[in-house]
Amino acid sequence: MNPLSLSGISKHFGGIVAIERFDLEVEAGEVVALVGDNGAGKSTLVKIISGVHQPTDGEIRLAGERVAFRDASDARANGVEVVYQDLALVDLQPVYMNLFLGRELRRKPFGLLDRAEMARQTQQLVDDLDVRIPTAKATLSDLSGGQRQAIAIARATHWASRLVLMDEPTAALGVAETAKVEELILKLKARGAAVLVVSHNMEQVFRIADRVTVLRRGRQVGTTRVAETSHNELVSMITGLSS
Amino acid sequence: MTIAPTRAPAEKGVQLVVRSWRQYVVYVGFVVVFLYFAATQGASFLNGTTLVNIVTQATPITIMAVGTVFVLSLGEIDLSIGSTVALAALTAAVTLQVSGAWWVAALAGLAVGAVVGLVNGLFVTLVRLPSFLVTLATMGLVAGLAQQITNLQSVPVTDEAFGWLFGGGTLLGIPILIWWSAVAAVIGWHVLRQRRFGAHVLAVGNTASAARVSGIRVTRVRIAVFMLSGTTAALAGLLYAGRLAGATYTLGTTDLMSVLAAVIVGGTALTGGRASMIGAVVGSLFMSMINYGLLLAGLTVAQQEIVRGVIILIAVSLSLRGKKGS
Ligand SMILES: Nc1ncnc2c1ncn2[C@@H]1O[C@H](COP(=O)(O)OP(=O)(O)OP(=O)(O)O)[C@@H](O)[C@H]1O
Ligand SMILES: [Mg+2]
Repeated sequence: MNPLSLSGISKHFGGIVAIERFDLEVEAGEVVALVGDNGAGKSTLVKIISGVHQPTDGEIRLAGERVAFRDASDARANGVEVVYQDLALVDLQPVYMNLFLGRELRRKPFGLLDRAEMARQTQQLVDDLDVRIPTAKATLSDLSGGQRQAIAIARATHWASRLVLMDEPTAALGVAETAKVEELILKLKARGAAVLVVSHNMEQVFRIADRVTVLRRGRQVGTTRVAETSHNELVSMITGLSS
Repeated sequence: MTIAPTRAPAEKGVQLVVRSWRQYVVYVGFVVVFLYFAATQGASFLNGTTLVNIVTQATPITIMAVGTVFVLSLGEIDLSIGSTVALAALTAAVTLQVSGAWWVAALAGLAVGAVVGLVNGLFVTLVRLPSFLVTLATMGLVAGLAQQITNLQSVPVTDEAFGWLFGGGTLLGIPILIWWSAVAAVIGWHVLRQRRFGAHVLAVGNTASAARVSGIRVTRVRIAVFMLSGTTAALAGLLYAGRLAGATYTLGTTDLMSVLAAVIVGGTALTGGRASMIGAVVGSLFMSMINYGLLLAGLTVAQQEIVRGVIILIAVSLSLRGKKGS
């Protein structure tokens, strides 16, 4: 049973057809890239899988089991983690609070926040993933954009039990920071997670993805192994122009 | 949310010093003003009675400051606390006359505060109005109700138990009002720093969308905070009624500015996500000390208000300037 299987997913916003009959399987330990022009429907698809939007039609299965999420936290509770384009972190809080946001650890018997344990687990996680931050107790706003995105991915790594979705995780990052985030994505894959990543960067798709699926104005143009396609072929699938 | 460019470490160090300096404005200010009054007024300021009075006079402000820290942490504001003080005090006083039971009166007063907070919270969350407008409206509404229920008449409070618990009692030789301040401060700090609820309030005030996708029940948190704020205002009302042995519709009318000043000077950001409970409590004592010192200095009420306004302006500018987005 694949961690994620989508069949016939459609989404209409009033009269607008954002997604039409989308099918995809993502295997464990596989990175699938989702590409397409602006407005193609990539973010909408991510939001459908993560429970933010409900599909107008179609079926989502996680490990073979059919699911219909009420909201994003429902999806999270079912092991679907999302790294958002716009981060979704709280920048005035320390790194460890961001890692445990909404799932804070508490100490018996009075249920006090266990800050020391959260900081300890966070430190261990960032050390394991080789994310370089001063300390797990640093305030997020004191970190660079790349460090923050690394924290968002570390959080997904920590909590994801089967599937991680990423919407343009490197869009705002420089070259070195992008390399670091790509390295993290490959670590996630090595740990056996299924990863679906939205990207505008073709070089990146070739560096990290096993397969790539192309959306054009809500329609799925095709899905192919990265090893069996070329930069030019992908671009013409995205734009609809033959090169 | 924007991504800040990587800064040079040296610049970061400087920013850190500037930021922490701003957090300490209230403590520095407290010490400076304390030393000033001590030096200029000597023993008439530096004696046990005066120092106890500074704390007990501050008690209602301290308690409302605890609630307001949560409200500002959310990035919201509650302007209705001042008029809630009067309505809760009058409700308690009238209930006391009718029922004769101090605890029924106290619960009735607190319930009034919780209901005002619930109404504020519902309009802010479900109707999605800015809290500034909602609480401006309820401020007027509640003040009107307070004038209406007893037709502008004061209501005396003669119940001994009520007067002891909310006014002149002492416990282990310490005035009951100091106990109230201490308990409110400790509980407020505990909930803000050691409970999930406090962490969620700060997260919602910082970035509500991030809190929501993290599974935090944002609406519930917001409503709870407004109810907390209303309840602390009601408790302040009970304390006035107990100390003054009566309630009238003018109670608390000038408290809003003192409370906001205390909390902001204490290092809580108006923009949400950043809070200091200890700073707010010290801030409320700071405000009380200024009031007392100016009174001792023999200034007229008008002069006191002018000096107080200037001091608040200076202190708030020092603690707020460039705090967010710097
Ligand atoms: N909540 C919404 N209501 C109405 N229309 C929407 C909504 N969300 C998205 N759309 C529309 O759906 C289409 C797909 O948008 P989407 O954000 O998924 O594109 P995208 O592929 O992520 O683009 P980009 O590369 O710019 O991020 C667009 O035409 C957009 O206007
Ligand atoms: Mg998008």
